[in-house]
Amino acid sequence: MIELRQILTVAGKEFRDRMRNRWVLAVALVFAVIALLIAYFGGAQQGQVGFRSIEFTIASLVSLVIYLIPLIAMLLGFDAIVGERERGSLDLLLSLPITRLELLLGKYLGLAAALTASTLVGFGLVALVLSRHLNWSGLYHFGGFILSSVLLGLAFLSLAVLLSVLARDRTRASGMAIALWFGFVLVFDLLLLGLLVLTGGRYGGEAFPYLLLLNPADVFRLLNVFSLDDIRAMYGLASIVPPALANPWWMGSAMLAWILAPLALATWRFRP
Amino acid sequence: MANVSPPPDRAAAEAIRVRGAVRHFGAVRAVDGVDLDVQRGEVFGLIGHNGAGKSTLFKMMLGLIEAGAGEIQVAGHAVNGRHFRVARRRIGYLPENVVLYDNLSGLETLRFFARLKGAASHECPALLDRVGLSAVATRPVRGYSKGMRQRLGFAQALLGAPQVLFLDEPTNGLDPQAIRDFYATLHDLRSRGVTILITSHILAELQERVDRLAIMASGRICALGSVAQLRERLDMPLQFDLTLADGAETSLTPGLSAVPGVSTTAIEGGVLRLHVPRQLKMQVLGVLCAAGPGLRDLRIVEPSLEDLFFGLRHRADMAKDGVPS
Repeated sequence: MIELRQILTVAGKEFRDRMRNRWVLAVALVFAVIALLIAYFGGAQQGQVGFRSIEFTIASLVSLVIYLIPLIAMLLGFDAIVGERERGSLDLLLSLPITRLELLLGKYLGLAAALTASTLVGFGLVALVLSRHLNWSGLYHFGGFILSSVLLGLAFLSLAVLLSVLARDRTRASGMAIALWFGFVLVFDLLLLGLLVLTGGRYGGEAFPYLLLLNPADVFRLLNVFSLDDIRAMYGLASIVPPALANPWWMGSAMLAWILAPLALATWRFRP
Repeated sequence: MANVSPPPDRAAAEAIRVRGAVRHFGAVRAVDGVDLDVQRGEVFGLIGHNGAGKSTLFKMMLGLIEAGAGEIQVAGHAVNGRHFRVARRRIGYLPENVVLYDNLSGLETLRFFARLKGAASHECPALLDRVGLSAVATRPVRGYSKGMRQRLGFAQALLGAPQVLFLDEPTNGLDPQAIRDFYATLHDLRSRGVTILITSHILAELQERVDRLAIMASGRICALGSVAQLRERLDMPLQFDLTLADGAETSLTPGLSAVPGVSTTAIEGGVLRLHVPRQLKMQVLGVLCAAGPGLRDLRIVEPSLEDLFFGLRHRADMAKDGVPS
């Protein structure tokens, strides 16, 4: 039977570590500064300076967050297990009255708490600054953006922890983490697009958009872009995406699956 | 500490019980059917060359590697069974070259492990004091020397008053005084009935400090007993170092060459070294007595644990090559 106390002890240590070395603060500041710059100067290319609309701000932030949060999550989690193994402290931890599952969950939850705190504090500060420009609907949408950013971070953290279980050493783990980030954030969409162009859309038909679910970064994009009518119109996407992919609950569930599946796989692989 | 048997009042229960333990990694038989009992209050050494299987067996006893077959109990419970938490609360473990968390202080490190082990956190300052780290208890571990980290690791192993201590190369990085203090602590723990299983490549260090030991090779225990028992069982020659007066060697040589199996090596400073089969000791002493004042000094050296270890390995190699020993 799982002992919650053991999980919380490991999670608490991981979280305090990140608080102590100011990781949480640094990442929160990065999020806040970048989001504010985008909110006020995002329209500079069109000759406009100052806050335009929450839809525009979220659309601009999505493009940035989709690169930044997965990278930060990967860097945070890639050595969660392999780092302990390399230090020699993994054997020590596992000789204690704690199961491998409790250790893995504790590690994940502690790191997840640090990443979530950074995201909430960073974007929360932005919401505070922008609050005088926002009505309830705007706040609701920005809240949805923050929540989906948290989920995106947790999904990539879950992938990072899986890599950390699979990798033989930290060097390999970091290489795999960067490759995975590169694959999901940069290569995947290009491949899909290339496939679509090559086949002229003849194969796959209506199922093709559902391939986007195979990438948590795309799920995040779908969650944010298709939850806002103005943005859907702006991107001209309303007609090509099936309604299920525009449903935030379905997309939220897809993101949860992206959090749980790698963790389940990591648990399975992290056997004696 | 080098008694042949553990004290009788503590000999009732086995602290570690291994029956038919097997672990293969592919075609490699890392542990190949090991049976072992370590009694309560015993200091037990586990030695072997690299790849002999001792690390795998050690980790199996800690529950870190699951046995492919067989049964392992520590402190009365299976280490990977239903009551594994009970077993592990009774275990203290100091891994080889452990690197603890740089960001935490010594005290925070101990408190973290105390929470996981279910030990009282008020034990921590006393344990730091016991290993001589109380002055640096609140300093981050990143500033600790190798020896200080090792001592912190040892304090961690002592959390929760363990019944069985597993120590892997425990004196790595310790200075001579710290090694002496470390073994004094072990002596104290042993007297309180704590069982100590220790691996080390520094055989001279173990020789005087273990009650019994097991020598492993090819995944099996090839010798088991106290150092004295192993000496007898392996029947290795005694070493006689003779300090001779000038010219005495010539008068001794005929007598010694009449004793079969005695080999001589001349070493510097007028010292003659003999290797004497154990059962011929008295006969050689008789020859030496006849030498009279030509023999100025005599030192009889029992084979060391290192000699036993290499002797055993040599015999195993010869047996493998089909050479009768």
